[in-house]
Amino acid sequence: MERFANEWENFIGGVWCDKPDVREFIQKNYTPYIGDESFLAGPTERTVRLRAALEEKLKEEREKGGVIGIDTGTVSSLTNYPAAYLSREDELIVGLQTGEPLVRSVNPFGGIRMARSACRAYGYELSEEIEREFYYRTTHNDGVFRVYTDSMRAMRHTGILTGLPDAYGRGRIIGDYRRVALYGIDFLIEQKKQDKVELGKKRMTEENIRLSEELYKQISFLEKLKEMAALYGIDISRPASNAREAVQWLYFGYLAANKEQNGAAMSLGRVGTFLDIYMERDIRRGILDEHGAQELIDQFVIKLRMIRHLRTPEYNELFGGDPMWITEAVGGMGEDGRTLVTKNAYRFLHTLYNLGYAPEPNLTVLWSDKLPQPFKRYCAKVSIDTDSIQYENDDLMRPRFGDDYAIACCVSAMKIGKQMQFFGARCNLPKILLLALNGGREEKYDMQIGPSMPVMNDDVLDYDAVRRRLDYYLGWLAGEYVDTMNVIHFMHDKYAYEKTQLALHDTDVERVMAFGAAGLSVIADSLSAIKYARVHPVLDERGLICGFETEGDFPKFGNDDDRVDSIASELLDRFITELRKNPTYRGAIHTLSVLTITSNVVYGKKTGATPDGRAAGEPFAPGANPMHNREKCGALASLNSVAKLSYDSCRDGISNTFSIVPAALGADDTERVDNLVSILGGYFAQNAHHININVLDRQKLIDAMENPELYPNLTIRVSGYAVNFHKLSREQQKEVISRTFHETV
Amino acid sequence: MKGYVHSLQSMGTLDGPGVRAVLFTEGCPLRCAYCHNPDTWECRAEDAAEHTEIAERILRLYPYIKDGGVTFSGGEPCAQAKFVCEVARVLRDKGLHIAIDTCGDIDNADVDELLGVTDLVLLDVKFTTESDYVKYCGGSLARTLSFLDKLERLGKNVWIRHVVVPTLNDNEKDVSRLADLLRGYKCIKRVDFLPFKTLCREKYESLGISFPLADTPQMDKNRLDELYKGFEGSF
Repeated sequence: MERFANEWENFIGGVWCDKPDVREFIQKNYTPYIGDESFLAGPTERTVRLRAALEEKLKEEREKGGVIGIDTGTVSSLTNYPAAYLSREDELIVGLQTGEPLVRSVNPFGGIRMARSACRAYGYELSEEIEREFYYRTTHNDGVFRVYTDSMRAMRHTGILTGLPDAYGRGRIIGDYRRVALYGIDFLIEQKKQDKVELGKKRMTEENIRLSEELYKQISFLEKLKEMAALYGIDISRPASNAREAVQWLYFGYLAANKEQNGAAMSLGRVGTFLDIYMERDIRRGILDEHGAQELIDQFVIKLRMIRHLRTPEYNELFGGDPMWITEAVGGMGEDGRTLVTKNAYRFLHTLYNLGYAPEPNLTVLWSDKLPQPFKRYCAKVSIDTDSIQYENDDLMRPRFGDDYAIACCVSAMKIGKQMQFFGARCNLPKILLLALNGGREEKYDMQIGPSMPVMNDDVLDYDAVRRRLDYYLGWLAGEYVDTMNVIHFMHDKYAYEKTQLALHDTDVERVMAFGAAGLSVIADSLSAIKYARVHPVLDERGLICGFETEGDFPKFGNDDDRVDSIASELLDRFITELRKNPTYRGAIHTLSVLTITSNVVYGKKTGATPDGRAAGEPFAPGANPMHNREKCGALASLNSVAKLSYDSCRDGISNTFSIVPAALGADDTERVDNLVSILGGYFAQNAHHININVLDRQKLIDAMENPELYPNLTIRVSGYAVNFHKLSREQQKEVISRTFHETV
Repeated sequence: MKGYVHSLQSMGTLDGPGVRAVLFTEGCPLRCAYCHNPDTWECRAEDAAEHTEIAERILRLYPYIKDGGVTFSGGEPCAQAKFVCEVARVLRDKGLHIAIDTCGDIDNADVDELLGVTDLVLLDVKFTTESDYVKYCGGSLARTLSFLDKLERLGKNVWIRHVVVPTLNDNEKDVSRLADLLRGYKCIKRVDFLPFKTLCREKYESLGISFPLADTPQMDKNRLDELYKGFEGSF
């Protein structure tokens, strides 16, 4: 290798030397690790001191109501803040988002109103300067509302569509931050310039003009990224030449993305195996030992735990607990059959012990039947101890995404650097059922939203008639939903394009448009009630259905009962089929998720009583979970119901949150670990997609709700992510407590 | 073949090794004072099910329980030994580990056949004297021990289970008698003391059956551990 002889010393070369191909670099150079956790090292003294400095700041943040401070005078961008430190003499990895630790930046590109009201919610005022500047600027939010139709506004207002990224960064885009370390910025700029020249040889269609301008922006932000690093006295124009530099370069890429964008989910990607190559090389060179390697990962994770974005209270209602979704995918298998588990997979998980339990980064184990047994057992142990990790089925995703994908947000697989996502929040399925029964009229706001039909006011609802009606409205909804998303993402590209993150993608990126569905178990049980029991609609004085009287029993989702499980599956198959009928912006591929974050509480609040017996306003179950306490056949039957939902209909992911009390998992620690490994293996062997594992007692949560000061670090998995329990609203806490905890027989 | 099934609990981890499905069958010859499943005492016509249907439901759980197995509990599975045997045979043919949770009170040719397809017997030794057996569960210590002898002869793996109830048998004397009774059996691989709990009180109320130990306190965990230590020392 003539090029970068020093930085790429001892690496096995290949195509990756001439164009960005991190996967090939990994495959040619990584060292699989099949042993157990006994090699791991505790924190160094430096790390212990740095952690203490962070704890101090976190305490101050808690005492100030969750926000330590807001820099109201600066618009967030890569080079707008001076170099800043948490504790300079102890920091091996440097770089903060703003001028001071945990101080939040203002990012008005998504929408100035949102930025203003977020400042006010915490007792701050946006500076006049920023107000003035943005008075003359069009934000993403402005653009969207210039085009939204009355129907789109109505769907948004009534909560049929909720959480749409039309006032904040859409997020869910994963820059391939590894490229910064492997290639250095100058190489990446050179590549993008070549792409731009090539593009110029094509016809200047609207799409090519847009892409050409985007390339211009990407290149200019790569320059800024270099400048940002230079503020810290570090030159990242060339590749990283050792492990510490690799972590630092990579982190600068991630940091820059967060200075530019306040996306709802800012995943890190899949960096562990990549970084392990640098660590192994330094260990062989004799310049790094295990303590040093762990120290780099610990210090990196400390930095990740400091990432913050400024949010409004309404946002927090949907996405409770101030999550960042710094999702790091750990483990998985390679296409050649070697495991992608390296020592770094262990080191990342081990940070939960070295630095204390915490929700970020969002550690996501890519589970395969073929994972080394010691690694499976270590993951299970970490789950049982910390309630901080989630699992996704690598054997299901690898055939569809290859072996270099990562997880955007909670559950969405993306080929790193090759695919990007248009995030689409979610629609409220039970509300669509009510709307269909009421002939397109939304009963809560008394608005005609969908096509008008007679109210289904029969004495007893007929299943086939309801299904026909529902299918019709699902078709109508799909069209409206796709259109809404097209508007949002057109405007996001136009006014808040992710320049840094997309500079770290291939230029000819593949796009997916990720739709979502909430309330699956509620609508499945409701349809089951209509089919197997007798459901009488109750009309109000307007002649609209405002409730139901349900006579008799009916099968409920979560009991491995095909009679109702098939209703849930078919509904999803139907919905994605309807979505696919409508063309998307930039030819994005339609995908669907069954995921709610913590918004299942808000969705429930906005939805009237349903035929399954759920009262008006009562929360939905999260994600694809069965409704609370309707599972009568135990934990595995509940998992089996969720496992039946088709991943090919829901390529954006199917989230399941599973809580079990320690005693139900086994009599002692060894049994619990083995049993959890069996449960995970059994679930994923049936093509299930995702699971959050909590091993804890309800009583502990009740106690934590009453005495939050005693549980500052209590972390639990909610829906695709983990949170500090004390950061959830009281309503969200109560909902978590009301969920099913699988207990002993 | 038809049998009477109370319920299938898809996940148990405390009734035999590993992750297990637990099938609760109906019908029991005993009436233990501390029974926590009074709803399984009688066979109810509406709970009749075919053995193939039950086996199919359990096999849906195969991926989770392949390294654990299936436990037949109840009720008393030996009360429907023929039926349980039919179900167990199907499951065992698929390689699943079979356990039965029994009081050892029933012994006949059907039970022998069932033992033939059983890998592990969870044997409840309820009390340590004949008179306590009569008084508190309507069974027989002698019959239970002779069943244990049979298991020893057959070379079955046995886990002994013993519920410890405050004021009834939570004393050193009972514990040392238990050790005396069980000493010397090679088939016994493990002995578990289970704490008496009153969680079933509501079940009794809803069934309109009086719960004889309604006023007995739950077994204290520390005391249980202490008694178990004493047992281990003398066993």
